[in-house]
Amino acid sequence: MRNSTLYITATAAAAVLLCFLFFVYPLLPRSAVTEQERKEKEHLLQSLHITDLCLFTEASYTRHLSQADRFAAFQDHPLAIEHFPSGSLVSPPDSFMERQ
Amino acid sequence: MKWLERQRNFIDFTLSSLSRRKGKNAALMLVYTLLVFVISSVIFFTQAIRREAEALLTSAPDMILQRTVAGRHDLIPLSYGEKIKTIRGVKSVQGRLWGYYYHPAAHSNYTVMAADDVTSGDDTAAVGSGVARTWQTAGDNTLYMKAFDGKVLGLRIAKVFSDTTDLVAADLIVVSRATFGRLFGIAGTLATDLAMEIGNQKESATIALKIVQLYPDTRPILREEILRTYAAIFDWRSGYIIVLLSGTALAFIIFAWDKATGLSAEEKIEIGVLKALGWDTSDVLLMKFWEGTVISLTSFLLGVIAGYLHVFFASAPLFAHALKGWAILYPAFKLTPAVNAFQIGTLFFFTVVPYAIITIIPAWRMAITEPDAAMRQI
Amino acid sequence: MITLANISKTFNAGRQNEFTAVKGINLSIAMNTITVLKGPSGSGKTTLLSIIGCMARPTAGRITVQEREITSLPERFLTEIRRNTFGFVFQNFNLIKGVTALENVMFPAFPAGLRHAELQERAMRLLEKLKIASKARQNVESLSGGEQQRTAIARALINEPAVIIADEPTAHLDTELSGEFMDTMAGLHAEGKTILIASHDPLMAESENTHRVIELRDGQIIGEH
Repeated sequence: MRNSTLYITATAAAAVLLCFLFFVYPLLPRSAVTEQERKEKEHLLQSLHITDLCLFTEASYTRHLSQADRFAAFQDHPLAIEHFPSGSLVSPPDSFMERQ
Repeated sequence: MKWLERQRNFIDFTLSSLSRRKGKNAALMLVYTLLVFVISSVIFFTQAIRREAEALLTSAPDMILQRTVAGRHDLIPLSYGEKIKTIRGVKSVQGRLWGYYYHPAAHSNYTVMAADDVTSGDDTAAVGSGVARTWQTAGDNTLYMKAFDGKVLGLRIAKVFSDTTDLVAADLIVVSRATFGRLFGIAGTLATDLAMEIGNQKESATIALKIVQLYPDTRPILREEILRTYAAIFDWRSGYIIVLLSGTALAFIIFAWDKATGLSAEEKIEIGVLKALGWDTSDVLLMKFWEGTVISLTSFLLGVIAGYLHVFFASAPLFAHALKGWAILYPAFKLTPAVNAFQIGTLFFFTVVPYAIITIIPAWRMAITEPDAAMRQI
Repeated sequence: MITLANISKTFNAGRQNEFTAVKGINLSIAMNTITVLKGPSGSGKTTLLSIIGCMARPTAGRITVQEREITSLPERFLTEIRRNTFGFVFQNFNLIKGVTALENVMFPAFPAGLRHAELQERAMRLLEKLKIASKARQNVESLSGGEQQRTAIARALINEPAVIIADEPTAHLDTELSGEFMDTMAGLHAEGKTILIASHDPLMAESENTHRVIELRDGQIIGEH
């Protein structure tokens, strides 16, 4: 087979796969189990009034980012030497940085 | 048809040309693919988490009211809620009961929340999958927790939330209000904070002001503040992402530099011969374009597909290391596939197009040379 | 008919190393003949061949190829004319290494966008004609000098040109192979092609197949027979 045929076929196949993953896969009807899971999640959110994602469970003020009080970051040391990676992944909200 | 045959001819030539330096070009493609893989993984991951946050926050309460004592978050009397309900615009006020429990055997911090609909009984708990993974119940399906007064409380695990809820519930232990009270010794008249629903969003600020005037020791947290906290998550300006992206940007620049500093003698000879054989300038440049595109297009496709599979099928193991930090409990990142076509389009534009250009430009001079002059250089 | 009127070519004009390769050349080459340009190295043979074969533009003068003046044609048209009219065989063959003989023969026709199967067939036929069909799938580095030259000739023929131009074709060949080369040229001539050879090898000039010999020295024609 010609090299170019091989190349064009392979590239086209990859492109098709990409389009499938991007546009078709997310829309595929989920199995019955995952639909149930989604409902479960929604129920949880509503009934417990959840306000934060469970991403960083090291400390209370990293677990509940939106509930942390203004002094949380300085609890250990005025200079708040960063010891959790979450510090380099989440920037403070803009309002924190604005001067009154 | 003729046009297609022409392009296929050029691709044939370019593939044969690239395979003459198999090792170098394979390494080039590997590194390029890796770069695209890293960037697209970051794009997919951050997009997916942001979407989770958005979904979460649409159901978040309009306002949370905290009480602060000596600058620290303290318990709030439910009676505050009675008075607040009377403020115009407040639809409902509910006391939330939640806190943290440290389990020494697992070296882990868990979030305990009280719910109204724990139907399985006061001696049971519904837990997140992260709890089930880390608590080490030693096969007996019961959480043995030490209450505030030193007594041990045994809670049978009635339900484990599925992996897909991990991003909001991985470390959750949900118990009834009565159990919460027994565990932490909180009087029935107190709550951790108050969750409020407000009729008209635009009035939130005004209502917050009124509340603070009523109860100066409270701190209202508006829904938009919660939103803003999570809007900044995994932002490209955050340290870790900057390091990742700068690293890959630097690698791209090194590539470009290597290419742009001119053709090797071998490549010059090849172009000279082609010109002598009857290829004109546009033919040579088109061939060079395909040379660049074959590599960059393949790398782009492979890198993006790999990034997608990495994030949405394998739950992003390469980022786990960074995100985990000191935490023992780590959510299983079962992310919903969601793609920001704009960002991927931009990635395409910045990986495929420049590479094609920097392959053409060094060849430009040689390509426009008259065949005779080209031959003399050989 | 190829006509050259008062052709001159100067390299590096206006600079210190300015050099005039050919000067005031007036020449007419009839179709379907075998012409040999004879002269020592530095006499301007290669330059003249380049100009005739549309590989270089003259600094002064005019060229007409089959009643069409090509001196100031834009590159795109010139290249097309060159591709379809002239086939070049270089002194050191200039085959692309790392590639098979068959592929080398097909390369000059790539820009034309012919159907691949057709092109490959045409190339194989040429290799058969030159008796190296068995080497078609071998890389050119593994071929002998004579085989490489025959590959180069096949390559020059792929676009079915009317004129074959060969620059010092026997420089790397022994007497026997030189004779074979001349026979090949005679064969092509019999098919109606025009052959133009630049050589300081007396075997070329004195061959019985040669119709005309033009002598060059210091960039000018000093005689012919």
